Amino acid sequence: MTIDWSAFTPWSAIVGGVVIGLAVALFVLVNGRVAGISGIVGGMLHPRAGDVAWRLAFIAGLFLAPKVYATVAPQPSATIDASYPVLIVAGFLVGVGTRYAGGCTSGHGVCGLSRLSPRSLVATLSFMAAGFVTVYVVRHVIGT
Amino acid sequence: MALVVAFVAGLVFGLGLIVAGMTNPAKILGFLDVAGKWDPSLALVMAGAVAVGGVAFALANRRTMSALGSPLQLPAGRTIDVRLVGGSLLFGIGWGLAGFCPGPAIVALGAGYVKSGVFVVAMLLGMGAFELIERNRTRNESGAPDATSA
Repeated sequence: MTIDWSAFTPWSAIVGGVVIGLAVALFVLVNGRVAGISGIVGGMLHPRAGDVAWRLAFIAGLFLAPKVYATVAPQPSATIDASYPVLIVAGFLVGVGTRYAGGCTSGHGVCGLSRLSPRSLVATLSFMAAGFVTVYVVRHVIGT
Repeated sequence: MALVVAFVAGLVFGLGLIVAGMTNPAKILGFLDVAGKWDPSLALVMAGAVAVGGVAFALANRRTMSALGSPLQLPAGRTIDVRLVGGSLLFGIGWGLAGFCPGPAIVALGAGYVKSGVFVVAMLLGMGAFELIERNRTRNESGAPDATSA
């Protein structure tokens, strides 16, 4: 293992992480809910009365974040190397997987670990391990 | 009021992801590529978020009501089973293939990346497939417990 010092951004990572933590804190202390994004999105697919608007409001906030960020600083660019077929397969797996797991990086990874939930620890270790193995296979076994 | 707070929470969450660089799939894949040149940034994002989140949930655990007076809705599930691990493994494979998880994909869509739109649509189809499978299953074995969500 060699650390890529040119890509490693420790300060912005910690500051961004703290900001994410503040959003999680706001949501649980004021609204009494866990900021788990796959659950918030997935819950709209079996809509119940009075349970849709807050989900849309949260998602609208996420969606508009780049526009708000751009009023203060230039927007950072994203590099999406995956081809369209890979994106479709990946998106489908993320959709099915997060719903069966009952959470994703936010719900299990951030909120669950913050709550010291053993269930979320197992989920986080599982999706991290699967991510490590997948990238290893894609980059070092199949790729050159 | 709850709607405004939900919007602000989503917005702040999204700004945090942007600041942290987590809306860039190349950076996620750099973290997951432990055998190559490794970018540990994501671990520090998690550490920062959990440090603040840990305090928030410790405070929340001492209450039964939110500041707006609604009951706290914290996940109650404790079972560690095939659904949890299998689902997480499938999610991890998708995450490793694209470098997107749900939050950053929605933020990147807001930034105008068409590719993240394709990912989000496929993700919604995957979530829809889960709903269909589970609806059939609970119809067949009535009284089966609902999926717990975190």
